[in-house]
Amino acid sequence: MVLPAAVLALLVAALVLRPLVAPAEDLAPLDARADLEAAKEGKYREIRDAELDYRMGKLSEPDWRSLDRELRAQAIEILKELDVLDGR
Amino acid sequence: MSSADVGTAALVVGFGVALYAIGAGIYAGRTGRGEWAASARRAIYALLALLALAMALLEAAYVRSDFSFELVAQNSSTDTPAFYKLTAMWSSQAGSLLLWVFLLSLFSSAVLFLTRRRLRDIAPYATAVLGGVAAFFLFLMLFYASPFATLAAPPAEGSGLNPLLRHPAMMFHPPMLYTGYVGFTIPFAFAVGALLKRHTGPEWIRATRRFALVAWTFLGFGILLGALWSYSELGWGGYWAWDPVENASLMPWLTGTAFIHSIMVQEKRGMLRIWNASLIVATFMLALLGTFLVRSGILDSIHAFGESTLGKPFLAFIAFALVASVALVASRREDLRSDARIDALMSREVFFLLNNLVLILICVVIFWGTFFPLISEAITGTEESVGPPFFNKITTPLALALVALAAMGPLLTWRRNSLALLRRAFVFPLGAALVTCLALLAFTDAGEGGLALVMFSLTAFVGAVVAQEFFRGARARRTMTGEAPPVALSRLVGRNRRRYGGYIVHVGIAVLLLGVAGSSSFNDQKDVRLAPGESVTIKDFEVTYREPTVAIDQDASGTGAPLSFGAVLDVRDGDGNTFTMRPSRNYYPSQSAAMGPVGRFFEGEATSEVDLRWGLDRDLWLAIQPNLRQLEGPIRRADDLPEELHGEAIVAVARHYAENPPPAAFRAIVSPLVAWIWIGGAIVMGGALLALWPSPEARRRRVTSLYAARLGRELSRA
Repeated sequence: MVLPAAVLALLVAALVLRPLVAPAEDLAPLDARADLEAAKEGKYREIRDAELDYRMGKLSEPDWRSLDRELRAQAIEILKELDVLDGR
Repeated sequence: MSSADVGTAALVVGFGVALYAIGAGIYAGRTGRGEWAASARRAIYALLALLALAMALLEAAYVRSDFSFELVAQNSSTDTPAFYKLTAMWSSQAGSLLLWVFLLSLFSSAVLFLTRRRLRDIAPYATAVLGGVAAFFLFLMLFYASPFATLAAPPAEGSGLNPLLRHPAMMFHPPMLYTGYVGFTIPFAFAVGALLKRHTGPEWIRATRRFALVAWTFLGFGILLGALWSYSELGWGGYWAWDPVENASLMPWLTGTAFIHSIMVQEKRGMLRIWNASLIVATFMLALLGTFLVRSGILDSIHAFGESTLGKPFLAFIAFALVASVALVASRREDLRSDARIDALMSREVFFLLNNLVLILICVVIFWGTFFPLISEAITGTEESVGPPFFNKITTPLALALVALAAMGPLLTWRRNSLALLRRAFVFPLGAALVTCLALLAFTDAGEGGLALVMFSLTAFVGAVVAQEFFRGARARRTMTGEAPPVALSRLVGRNRRRYGGYIVHVGIAVLLLGVAGSSSFNDQKDVRLAPGESVTIKDFEVTYREPTVAIDQDASGTGAPLSFGAVLDVRDGDGNTFTMRPSRNYYPSQSAAMGPVGRFFEGEATSEVDLRWGLDRDLWLAIQPNLRQLEGPIRRADDLPEELHGEAIVAVARHYAENPPPAAFRAIVSPLVAWIWIGGAIVMGGALLALWPSPEARRRRVTSLYAARLGRELSRA
């Protein structure tokens, strides 16, 4: 059991310790951007859902307009944060 | 160097790697050093590779019937059909643990790969939690139940797979359940990471929502397969017995259902953060408990297939995880507090909250009933169980309330609703429910079923609500785009898969519960003893025992049973249609020499091979219990014959039964609407798949750019 364990341990060590030996290779970029993109997608989905609810007659027009304004303001905040990340 | 040595080495190295993932993950979480996070992530990938190797080695041992492996000798044999050899692994305790941790490493690798560029602060801690859970299961395999234990003197033949488990549904049932249990570990791990970093927004939910939905779907499918197995294999005629092991799988599904609803409230409104964190903790704990109960033997169950040595370490781990999680949630209660408030009682978030409360109430009732034997023993010293009537009495009204909420939820929007619009939305569904109720009362005997009639009406209500939602949605889209109705409907669903997938799931659950209500309220059962030529009438079926059957090495169900005794029955229904049914009972040879060389073929384990006549309106279910007592004399005489004559003697004894058939015991059941349980389950799966299906990337980009342009215009105007 010792020999196979040693061989497997060596193989695993080569895989696992590589980022510590050569850190630049495995560092995933754009961490914050990916989170913001996910938040933006979620907000857009909310805007679309609210519009669909209005068109289906489930939301009154004043309620929808108020909700839509609020959601768009939140989406714009996310877009601004994305712009800051892009250096604009 | 044997393959068992390599397998053990994979587990030892895997245990070390899992411990490393814990350490590296925590260090990366505390310091924010990306290279350590990447290293911890790679440790989980390595764990997946090691466990895949272990699984492959154990499967290979089963395929080649290598009885030097203790597990293979205990759960397989040379005459076990190949399909069952491949799946025999998870009929054992050690094999189940290996499957559990393999699936965990698979899911963990998937989520860590998908989030490798996201959640950099949370993911390292989540990696540590996932590594910790994996390390616990590897610890159990290394110190309590090794799948690679070997025998110094391997037997020439194995004991074979438990005959009850030789059923296709049972082969897929454990992996489905485990996938469900494991899947809920993912959101739990990310919730812990988010709480540790005090990042209590919806990010961890967005990253793991799909995993929760996959887990919920697989767990539900697994539960349904278990019910199908129980119905068609166990020989008692039911699909749900409120057995502790069944309940143990249902409880995390219920809390998981609550979780996938309440996270929407957090996503949309930023509310219920403490509730969501608590729900995923409860779901994970119940998933661990479910795994533990199957094997622990602490509660009597028809599904507990082995004695266990895992009780103490398992309970210690559950207790540690529970205390640590509760302490973590409690310590973060200020961060979890939401600024948003409920705007109106008639809003979707309130109905989601009510739905959550009902689901949790059902779960609490089931928990109490399941553990009542232990509670009563601790208090009174006498073990008492509550039985199905307790569960049925309390859960039935709660299930009705749940279906009513599932019907009303889609009609409501977030925040607030106009009462005038709501009234208009309720007219058609309420009308449909009322018409259904009146029609059933007028033309059927559904009124005699009590609450079943309410469930039938509520199912119509859910169906009408969802149909109306599809219609109104397609009409709205058609108005906006001018598309043809089928195109509008297809694009509406395609662009709102989560919403419409969820609605389809609601219909499926209602249909499934309709099947449960119908079959439990109008079921008719008869237990009779019939000689050839005699008949029994059940409902409008006349069932006549025509003749006995004996099959030697010709098991029709492919389970590898060498002997099968059954019956041919002629059935005539109320319309005069006739058909034939052939229930049988399979006999598997015992390994006990005390039963005699011939007797062991007749006196070993036996399983019912039920014959079912499926129908949309009702099933006719038949099982036989042959009376082999008159064979005792011929069997004892055959035992004394020389060994070379044993084969012929078995055939002669079996023929004796066919030529002189004694009366046999039969169970006949007419179960209305059972088929709708499986149809409802299929609808649920379809809806869940639709909700899970990712939108095409190109379409998402196009939509995104459209909205970005609109938002950009508004920005420039502001």
